[in-house]
Amino acid sequence: MNTNATPTPAPVIGAEQLELLEKLCNACAVSGDEGEVRAIITEQLKDAADEMRTDALGNLLVTKRGKGENRVRVMIAAHMDEVGFMIMEDNEGGIFRFDTVGGLDVRQLVGKPVLVGKEHLPGVIGAKPIHFCKREELEQTIPLETLKIDVGPDNAGKVKVGDRATFATRFTRIGPSLRAKALDNRFGVATLIELVKHAPDNVDLLAAFTVQEEVGLRGARVSGFSLDPDLAIAVDSTPANDLPAWDDSENISYNTRLGFGPAIYVMDSSTIADPRLVKFLAATAEANGIPYQFRQPGGGGTDAGAIHRQRAGIPSISVSVPGRYAHSAAGLARIEDWENTLRLLQAALSQLTPAVLQR
Amino acid sequence: MKELIKKLIETPGPSGSEHVIREVIRKEVEGLADEVRVDALGNLIVRKGTKAEGGMRVMISAHIDEIGVMVTHVDENGFARFIAIGGVAPHTCLGGRVWFMNGARGVIGVEKIESMDKIPGLESFYIDTGATSRENCPVKVGDVGGFERPMLDLGARLVGKSMDDRVAAAVLVESLRQLKETPNEVYYVFSVQEEVGLRGATTAAFGVAPEVGFAVDVTRTGDTPKGAKMEVSLGKGAAVKVRDSSFIADPRVVNWMVNTAEANGIPYQMEVLERGGTDGYAIQIARAGAPAGCVSVPCRYIHSPSEMVDYQDVLNVVKLVTALVANPIKL
Repeated sequence: MNTNATPTPAPVIGAEQLELLEKLCNACAVSGDEGEVRAIITEQLKDAADEMRTDALGNLLVTKRGKGENRVRVMIAAHMDEVGFMIMEDNEGGIFRFDTVGGLDVRQLVGKPVLVGKEHLPGVIGAKPIHFCKREELEQTIPLETLKIDVGPDNAGKVKVGDRATFATRFTRIGPSLRAKALDNRFGVATLIELVKHAPDNVDLLAAFTVQEEVGLRGARVSGFSLDPDLAIAVDSTPANDLPAWDDSENISYNTRLGFGPAIYVMDSSTIADPRLVKFLAATAEANGIPYQFRQPGGGGTDAGAIHRQRAGIPSISVSVPGRYAHSAAGLARIEDWENTLRLLQAALSQLTPAVLQR
Repeated sequence: MKELIKKLIETPGPSGSEHVIREVIRKEVEGLADEVRVDALGNLIVRKGTKAEGGMRVMISAHIDEIGVMVTHVDENGFARFIAIGGVAPHTCLGGRVWFMNGARGVIGVEKIESMDKIPGLESFYIDTGATSRENCPVKVGDVGGFERPMLDLGARLVGKSMDDRVAAAVLVESLRQLKETPNEVYYVFSVQEEVGLRGATTAAFGVAPEVGFAVDVTRTGDTPKGAKMEVSLGKGAAVKVRDSSFIADPRVVNWMVNTAEANGIPYQMEVLERGGTDGYAIQIARAGAPAGCVSVPCRYIHSPSEMVDYQDVLNVVKLVTALVANPIKL
């Protein structure tokens, strides 16, 4: 226990934090084009950071140093990018063929309003109306190649092949819940911003706002190599598949559940979480009365998957805010789960000592 | 050496939960080595020798993790659902016994099988620990278990779970015992998390930065009734890998192995494995790259609870591994 440390006030989710999350979710940052989100973070952290730099791939690396001896160098990674679209071909008259970037379900795209390019030009993903569809067509998935983004003729000249597009959904608070696009992973970004602002003195916090997670953890890979921390935590958002089963049987594959608190990872396809860190996070949650859940071991991956394999190995774990309908036009999540995730990570940071990694 | 093999294969330790097996091996190797350390991911790295004139820094990797299960859900009646850690095939599971790292035990059952022509997926299987409710179930989400099966000594052949790759871990321990003098700096690496993607060897190889290296692992055989066609057989000696689906062994390393086997009269056979990968790949691509290969112990019924090896093959692999690093290496 570090008794000399000045207690840092614990961050809370208030109007200011919600406003920041809103701004982050409404920003457009499809993998490979994360500049908008990076600019918001830079503005937020320019005073709090000891060092801030953007690396060769576009990761924003922020250092907040602690004080005193035996500080743990902890990397926390939150990816800035989101799934979305890329314009592939100009079909004239404001109509564009596009491709998906990251994991998107093509069945969910038809009819969704989108924003295209740096100017956020409004458009819609169109398809043949029901009036003209044959019965067989209605029973089939519409192939991606036949879907188009339509921005209308006025803005047609402003759209170029290679431009990104995102869902146009605007951030909305619904009582205790939030509905927005890109909660995966603006939740993580907003959480990490608060952690940097309130970083305790017993750690050197190496915050990595990473790029290109949705296309294969690419930013995390190089940031893990360059930061070379003692341990790493990826903070992300993971799907909650917690709706009741249709036949009233017990839902045994919920992944996570809304309202059950931060989801601590034990294993996904990319990482087996370091058992010492699983134990530490669970114990920290229990000691501080913070609700938590274990994400059901299974598929998927986070930045931890790339980070833990860098150099001679980096003990790693992931913690996620659960959210329904991930990688769609609108996710739905609970403010309390976000707040508890932030509380857990803040408590974990302030109680982190080299002893946690002792075998 | 049979006692050592028995001890190593019967110790539970699926990928990510290698702490128990690592301690068992550490006890075996302390006193045989010049340096013993555990890296950030849990690889046990054991050095023997220092680099003398004409010597090289060599990494030999045998993975100490095994396939296993992780609990994903405990239902209201106490049945535990699970997913595989590594390559667990559903048809090997039914009736199998599971030994959890927390000491709990259970047996694997399956939902009603609709058609005998089709093997259900792992999501239809569950572990019955004898519990009657979620509350009295001794395991929870995230708990890890290995398969439980004692070793069977058939004389010339040994059978047990996790010959993959504990038999190679035993080979490394035995080689450490036999290697008296070496001009090389030899790193015997007992690697973690191989079954989930060579993760331990990846970071161990970065840390060791070998000038040459090889894995010791099991390989399939083509000597069983109506089995897949493959050149390797039990009892025909150490298998020198030329290629598997993860990497192409460096031809200089292959020659080094063949020449060493011939010079020492060690029976060997050439191996091309069409499906499967080993730590050799991780050694080959670490940092700026290193010449890498693999010596294999031929093994039947891999990733089943009854993997079979030939005892003479095992002894020959020990001889080859030791001979490879006992003298100056010229590639």
